Amino acid sequence: MSKMYHKEKSIQLKSSASALYNNLSVLRIAPRCITYFTVVHANVVNMVSASWDGLNYSHRQLQSKEGNVATSSSLIMQAAWCVLPSRDLLVLTSQKGIQMYESDGSIMVYWHALDTPETPTAKAVFARGIAAVREKYICVGVSSGSVLVFDVPSKGSNITLSEVLEEHKEAITDMASECSGNLECIADLVSADDSGLLCVWKSGEDFQLLNKIPGFDTSCSSVKLWKGTVIAGYGTGQIRLYEGVTGILLAEVNAHARWIYSLDIAPFTGLIEHMYNECVTDTQICGARFCDGDGYAFAVTGYDLSEIIRYTQA
Amino acid sequence: MSTRTLPLLFINLGGEMLYILDQRLRAQNIPADKAKKVMNDIITTMFNKKFLEELFKPQELYSKKALRTVFDRLAHASIMRLNQASMDKLYDLMTMAFKYQVLLCPRPKDILLVSFNHMDAIRDFVKDTPGILSQVDETNKQLIEVIYTPLSGGEFQLIRQTLLIFFQDMHIRVSIFLKDKVQNSNGRFVLPTSGPVPYGTHIPGLIRIFSCSGEELRRMQFRDGGNYSATLREGSFEMYGDRVIKLGTNMYSVSRPVETHMSGTSKNSSQHTKVNTTPNPLAKEELNLLARLMGGLEVQKSTNTDSGFRVNLFATDEEEEEALISRPDELSYEVISIQATKDKQTNAALAKIMGEFGETSEPAPSSSSKGDDLLAMMDGL
Repeated sequence: MSKMYHKEKSIQLKSSASALYNNLSVLRIAPRCITYFTVVHANVVNMVSASWDGLNYSHRQLQSKEGNVATSSSLIMQAAWCVLPSRDLLVLTSQKGIQMYESDGSIMVYWHALDTPETPTAKAVFARGIAAVREKYICVGVSSGSVLVFDVPSKGSNITLSEVLEEHKEAITDMASECSGNLECIADLVSADDSGLLCVWKSGEDFQLLNKIPGFDTSCSSVKLWKGTVIAGYGTGQIRLYEGVTGILLAEVNAHARWIYSLDIAPFTGLIEHMYNECVTDTQICGARFCDGDGYAFAVTGYDLSEIIRYTQA
Repeated sequence: MSTRTLPLLFINLGGEMLYILDQRLRAQNIPADKAKKVMNDIITTMFNKKFLEELFKPQELYSKKALRTVFDRLAHASIMRLNQASMDKLYDLMTMAFKYQVLLCPRPKDILLVSFNHMDAIRDFVKDTPGILSQVDETNKQLIEVIYTPLSGGEFQLIRQTLLIFFQDMHIRVSIFLKDKVQNSNGRFVLPTSGPVPYGTHIPGLIRIFSCSGEELRRMQFRDGGNYSATLREGSFEMYGDRVIKLGTNMYSVSRPVETHMSGTSKNSSQHTKVNTTPNPLAKEELNLLARLMGGLEVQKSTNTDSGFRVNLFATDEEEEEALISRPDELSYEVISIQATKDKQTNAALAKIMGEFGETSEPAPSSSSKGDDLLAMMDGL
């Protein structure tokens, strides 16, 4: 029995969403009955906290600020929350490097600079793709194809770069960690790049490459990992499901008529079945996230749109 | 973001500018030889070798200010004059047209086909002038072989994303778009959910489930809410060929005048977050960039002292004046401002360079030298 969704009241943003992959991150804070949303606009991150009763909204804007502000401002590629057992961190990736903030965006706890060349090179330099893995790792992708693994203590700013994984040759587009909560899953992390290549990893002191699933000549822009299944969205509009460790193709969906920008799953549903579709008139969607683990509500952002559109099940 | 965006931005905006100027020159019944001269001069300047060399270097996009300054110069590369209001309107039309084309491109790589449409048209404008034609052809070749053929779809998407950040929050309404129903009255473009899918994409609706051995176990259909049809053939990425995509071809003609509406766009003006937010500290860096770029912008000085003429982007002079007065502040294009007291050397150097590619010796209304005029213009705000 498919349940229909209906449109809810939108959340207004201070500035419009930029056309970037996975441009919406959601953090549900149950004890305080609020949900945080972040949306990137050029070199600014818009943060909104929305109370569940729909009465209170508060806004904050983070600007990517790095050492040398005199030169061109740095564009942010992605902002996402990393939920670790002991703490939640907000991670920003930009052309200059990676910043990590306390979850409310109040204090920056860590800054990692990328090797940016003196004069610009033909290949752009930036960081993109963010995932929290197991208890203590935050992994971030880079345009060179490297994946940086950061070791995060349970509190404080003593975050260190513990490993650099070099399997991808093209720019990382997205990364995802196992989201089912099932600790028995062997695969912890999947990384995707512009060639469509998917790498499946096991975390640890040294991360271990479990499998490489080749692309098919098209970029994979958004990826999820659920109960060992890799769910990937591609530039051709297709969604593919692979068994992570073996690379076996489980399913293929001709889902969209355009390049997929964002993909999300509700980990407690276990559904792989078409339920619902909706069209946001005259808007190019750049971010899509479920607001809760049961898939009761989801939100989307669109290029040039200064609001977060929400849908909930009737 | 992408360091290869500037050439595409420049060529496509330049192409739109030529479409509009061509239409206005006809609409105002400018004598054919003068009109031709203007088009040739501008195209020669656009495709100047040194200028393009500078442009094609890997670099971040210029700020809106800097790019507007470049196009101001380009539009004045010949005997034609444009008042401030007309230049503003020209730039509005150019940018909204290219924004539309970028948004509506089925695949990011198709932006290259849009660029080829513009190049094909430019080639047509100068087909009778072999000297300029060879410059254009040479640039086209460079575009294809050196710059863009090796790029992947993902890298084209990065270029597209970079362009969309540049065009973010621009919602100027263009009459011709409103009439054709490709733009809504709120300034946003209509995105159709029907028509052919992009090359390489399947029509949505099919789900296939596979077994471990790779056999298809079953298939299911779902309704996606759109009305899509099969893809057309892929457009040609060669020097010559059918581009298939119509975006980037000339949509103006004498009977389809160019107009923009200023009202109704200021609702979201408070959300105009400029990408380069730091003001003056940036000016010097941009000036240096511009100086290097403009240094390559040479224009053949005209031998005859034909006095220039003015082109109006509006129907009457009164309308043009009215447009200048009533233009909302947030939509004003800022030109790079120079701190006159500091950086005298840079100022002098830039003024000299700007003076060099002049304008023909039309007696200026005031008695100040060309350099001062230009400096004054640059001082803008």
